[in-house]
Amino acid sequence: MKPKSIEDKLAVNKYDIDKERHIQIQEDICATCEAHKCRFACPADCFKLREGHITFSYEGCLECGSCRIVCEKEAVKWALPRAGFGICYLFG
Amino acid sequence: MSQKFDAIVVGAGPAGCACGLHLAKAGLETLIVERGKFAGAKNMWGGAFYGPSLYQLFPDFWEEAPVERYITKHKYSILTEDASLSVDFTTQKYGKPPYNGFAVLRSKFDRWFAAKAEQAGAIVATGLEAEDLLWEGNAVAGIRAGGDELPASVVVACDGVNSILAEKAGLRSKISPRDIKQGVKEVIQLPRQLIEQRFNLYGEEGIAWEFIGSFSRGIPGGAFIYTNKESLSVGIVVQLSTLTEKEISANDLLEGFKRHPDMENLLADGQLAEYSAHLVPVGGKSMMPTLYTDGMLVAGDAAGLTLTTGLVLEGANFAITSGKAAAETVIRAKKTGDFSKQSLTRYPELLEQSFVMKDLKTFKKAPLLLENPRFYSQYPELACDMAEKIFTNDGKQRKKFWKMFRKSQRGRISLWQMIHDLFRIKRAI
Repeated sequence: MKPKSIEDKLAVNKYDIDKERHIQIQEDICATCEAHKCRFACPADCFKLREGHITFSYEGCLECGSCRIVCEKEAVKWALPRAGFGICYLFG
Repeated sequence: MSQKFDAIVVGAGPAGCACGLHLAKAGLETLIVERGKFAGAKNMWGGAFYGPSLYQLFPDFWEEAPVERYITKHKYSILTEDASLSVDFTTQKYGKPPYNGFAVLRSKFDRWFAAKAEQAGAIVATGLEAEDLLWEGNAVAGIRAGGDELPASVVVACDGVNSILAEKAGLRSKISPRDIKQGVKEVIQLPRQLIEQRFNLYGEEGIAWEFIGSFSRGIPGGAFIYTNKESLSVGIVVQLSTLTEKEISANDLLEGFKRHPDMENLLADGQLAEYSAHLVPVGGKSMMPTLYTDGMLVAGDAAGLTLTTGLVLEGANFAITSGKAAAETVIRAKKTGDFSKQSLTRYPELLEQSFVMKDLKTFKKAPLLLENPRFYSQYPELACDMAEKIFTNDGKQRKKFWKMFRKSQRGRISLWQMIHDLFRIKRAI
């Protein structure tokens, strides 16, 4: 099997993507953080470091909850997508 | 105000379905609420289920439940960059009813389990999220879901490792990443015949294969392969805190594992069908929330009920058994009409009597033991190096095994450290 990027892996999954993002990050707090543990904790690579700032994209979220648990600054306002939206596992 | 239920069960996983099924069978008005489009839509696990909890609920369940393969082979392998050392246990006993374990895909399995609860008389509402709890004074009195208030005599929170409801009820505090393992998994499709050839299986037989070694780069955890009918479940489970300390992502570890020469051959020509992730609460007793309060019980992963012993990482049995214990507690409470905290103390008593709390007590030191980084780097290297020394024929004079061992061991790990670890293993498992 050829190695696949996270984006390619997520593209195989079934999602019903909501218009609204279910997780918010408080960027002013993230700006004071050096650890950026969210980047390594997120299995879907939703947290990216761009020009020194953490950005978050919710579309590929696997709803595992890792980001909330590792963030020591409590900058992740974590919630689940609205019912019926988000990841839909067909194998699990 | 809508109809008042005797019980609202939140989450249609193994805990919720088992609980709802027992409640409905006893004639209680039961609503199971599931946020996924269908039961199982939000759920994943490694892939195998063991033991009698399901068999006790549904004799012959393997005839009707969507099980993939029954597990006849257990294999444990230690991997280094370019070598592997394995123990393989196969028995024909596991190939006969009631079998010992099954490879299962949750998306199909949970749907089946929820349908069984529905057949027993529970109402299963999918695509509905329990957003909040309703309160009457200090007692939980139902849930708010989809903007509606749904009153109930008791709420059973089976809403998984991230249990929002246990948190809202003030039953648990913030979880430490040390007590969490992150699992990431790929379902890789392969033709049936190839699976059976590559893993030496016949018919419906399956293998549960666990790995430790260099691929986890010293992070406590391991990898697994389970065979399904026409796919493999391939994944890794690693401690969340160490992952972020070492600044490595689980997916990178999984890719590294798949690149091992042994794996490349097994996975060749496979097609990725799904990539999933889930957290496992592995802290044992120390991370358990308060299990009940007035009008509410917590079961399954939400209650932190999984067992980790190093050789076993099990949650579904604990979920089913705790769901059943919660149901029995509620059935009794219904008879007296008393859903107070005092009446619900029956729940922890039932858990204490079952294997759930007994196993957690027996292995309460295992979570700390398994944080030992030597198990994931030095020992696997030592084992593979010893094997290589034993099997390599370089034309020179042979040495005694003890001498070979001392040469492998020196510089890697001290004898004193090994003895110390051995005692810790003995004490913990």
